[in-house]
Amino acid sequence: MSELTVPGAAPGVPVKRELNSERFAGLAQRHGALAVLAVVVIAASLIWPTFSNGDNLAGIAVHSFYPVIIALGMTFVIVSGGIDLSVGSVFALGGVLAAYASQWGPVAAIGLPLAVCAVFGLVQGTIIAKTGMAPFIVTLAGLLGARGLLLAVTTEGSKTYLFPAGDGFVRLAQGKLFGISYPVYAAVLLAVLAAVLLQRTKYGQALFAVGGNEDAAALMGLPVARIKILTYTLCGLLAGLAGVLNAAWTGSGVTIIGVGDELNAIAAVVIGGTLLVGGAGGISGTVCGVLLLGVIQNVINQIGSLTSSVQSVVSGAFLVVVVVAQTYLSKARRLR
Amino acid sequence: MTEPVIAARDVVKRFPGVLALDRVSLSLAPGEVHALVGENGAGKSTLIKILTGVYQADAGEIAYAGQPVTFARPLDAQTAGISTIYQEVNLIPLMSVARNLFLGREPRTRIGLIDTGRMNREAAEALARFNIDADVTRPLRTIGLGAQQMVALSRAVATDAKVLIMDEPTSSLEPREVETLFRVVRELSARGIAILYVSHRLDELYQLCSNVTVLRDGRVVHTGRIADLDRLTLISHMLGRDLAQVRREGVTGFTGHGDAAATEPVLVADGLTKRHVLHGISFDVKPGEVVGLGGLLGAGRSETAKAVVGALPVDSGAVTIAGKRLRRNSPKKAIRAGVAMLPEDRKAEGIIPGLSVRENIVLAALPRLTTAGVVSRARQDRIVETFMKRLRIKASSPEQRVSELSGGNQQKVLLARWLCLHPKLLLLDEPTRGIDVGAKAEVQALVDELAGEGLAVVLISSDLEELVEGADRVVVLRAGAVVGELAGDDVSEHAIMATLAAHEGEPDE
Repeated sequence: MSELTVPGAAPGVPVKRELNSERFAGLAQRHGALAVLAVVVIAASLIWPTFSNGDNLAGIAVHSFYPVIIALGMTFVIVSGGIDLSVGSVFALGGVLAAYASQWGPVAAIGLPLAVCAVFGLVQGTIIAKTGMAPFIVTLAGLLGARGLLLAVTTEGSKTYLFPAGDGFVRLAQGKLFGISYPVYAAVLLAVLAAVLLQRTKYGQALFAVGGNEDAAALMGLPVARIKILTYTLCGLLAGLAGVLNAAWTGSGVTIIGVGDELNAIAAVVIGGTLLVGGAGGISGTVCGVLLLGVIQNVINQIGSLTSSVQSVVSGAFLVVVVVAQTYLSKARRLR
Repeated sequence: MTEPVIAARDVVKRFPGVLALDRVSLSLAPGEVHALVGENGAGKSTLIKILTGVYQADAGEIAYAGQPVTFARPLDAQTAGISTIYQEVNLIPLMSVARNLFLGREPRTRIGLIDTGRMNREAAEALARFNIDADVTRPLRTIGLGAQQMVALSRAVATDAKVLIMDEPTSSLEPREVETLFRVVRELSARGIAILYVSHRLDELYQLCSNVTVLRDGRVVHTGRIADLDRLTLISHMLGRDLAQVRREGVTGFTGHGDAAATEPVLVADGLTKRHVLHGISFDVKPGEVVGLGGLLGAGRSETAKAVVGALPVDSGAVTIAGKRLRRNSPKKAIRAGVAMLPEDRKAEGIIPGLSVRENIVLAALPRLTTAGVVSRARQDRIVETFMKRLRIKASSPEQRVSELSGGNQQKVLLARWLCLHPKLLLLDEPTRGIDVGAKAEVQALVDELAGEGLAVVLISSDLEELVEGADRVVVLRAGAVVGELAGDDVSEHAIMATLAAHEGEPDE
């Protein structure tokens, strides 16, 4: 910093103080998902004793690992002010490619899908950043494209590739430590890395700046296009990785999965307190959002008498409540 | 004079259909505070954007520290040492103060992560030098605008800048904040930083700057020491009026009309006040009278019109239309009371380019043309035909798309839209900007005609000639306050400029 002092006893510039209500609204916006998650978990544990047993919780965790990984990438994209509809298809593509490439060993089974999915994100990001086309349209095309690629690899989806019996990678993915599957640890590790990336690196800061005010970010000399390209690449890579881990965990490349998962990811991110318009959000919220959706599903299963279709209704209603609450909280914080 | 730190030579910049900069030259010596002035569209922003790498010049060169340079993007200019502060604070409102200050050059820990502790500490220290005591971990938007501007300034000088460009930095500041800003600017100048200072507040320029360059229509019309230039001459340079040749000839399409009868005014604006924008604006308009609002850019002319129609919420003051006070300001109520407003930016705020002439005209009148939810096509056609004939709208048919019409005819379509509501008061904000000379005269004649029929008109125009020819009375605004009113034979370009200049010396508040 320069050694600049203002001579004379200059009158201080008035600094607006934040009201307590604004502060509370900010807290609610950032950590609301965690609070709701805690309430739901405690309530469910009291009502259904089976809910809080170890196996059930481990089940929720294992069903949440791949949605968490997808939602991490989606968080980055949404913070940047964009959206990525292709992740569900890319997730499925990653899984199929992993199973397909497993015939050449675990390095290929991991490397090939990750490379393809990252390139997929790179292409989408480049189109979005360089042509200024709406991310919605570009990634909608990506959704169709990835699904098409998947069908081409699996001869119209008729062929399901399996990992070779006794494959080391599969055994690792299906292994457990303290009763919890390894992919869950992987998701936790990735979430921590993503949080560090978002909060403590130049790239993460630039991402918030681009999402918060793209013009200002450009005027401040940030490489906006490069940041966007990197973000969509990262999102594709994470969706692919989710696919790889899920395929290894199930031992096969299922072709029909991932449909609608992009919407679940968006829902989880928004429930987690990330603003859909970009510029604000966080990883912890997203993880809570995914877990909350997982817990809701589990609770509905606990009730037993309800069909799984009710789950979508409840999740949807929940999403609406969150979005409405977000709007009011934003107003309370006088964000816009 | 020492060698300039930055110099533009014969810079030309073209945009489709416009020559934005025509061989513009400008140079700044180290430590010089140089004023850049000009009305809207004079080319100030374009010049700034070329100096900061947002645009590239089509011809001419930029020399920085004696070397010709090309800045391909803002980052290049910033790295070279040219920092910019914009009118609107161009920071990220949701990010913390400290993160805004250090965005792009965050201090790092040994493993390459951002050192938030050090960042917050250094940010607080940096702001303390500007007498700002703020919690730097809070989002930027939670601190005051003045403090935000200081953050931008602090950010700009922290990067070891040699040139600082300030684009209307005081437009949203309070007087006290302006003083602090000035102190900082003088200090920076003393340290040898060259400062290009853009502002419409002439007081500030005379207080702060040593030299001035005046741009008009993309050309440099004057450059030199500011002390050698009195206010009146400076204003006449900006507005492009030769003092000796100010005449009142019928160059415009207006013809004089008689004095408005001493009847009840249609509009009474009483003490319209909005913090930092309007300070107790009062005026009235009688039927058949055209009242002009004069003043430089940023004087509060458009804001006054918006306050009258209720599009700008005011802190205090009242608007009375035909004896009835508008209770709560809302455009809907104003329209119902008989107010029509032609906004300044007809593309953004009025015309719907994809629709036909007919559809555009009847848009506002639809509720009246509807019976039980069904729009009567016959009544529509009747109205459209009447207005197309009366306003002489040149279109191949009522079904032609509005986007295919010329600017002048688009303006007439908008006018027709409001006229079919039978308003009592018409507010025209720059009705002839951006339309060709012929159409301009026609629109002006039309305004005359409408006033002749008893409509009360408020005319806002940066074109002094238009104001003088068209208005029966001119209310002169400066810094959001009425500084003079001219009527009858007193209405002249010279008188308007003299009123403006006379009041430039007075403090803002």
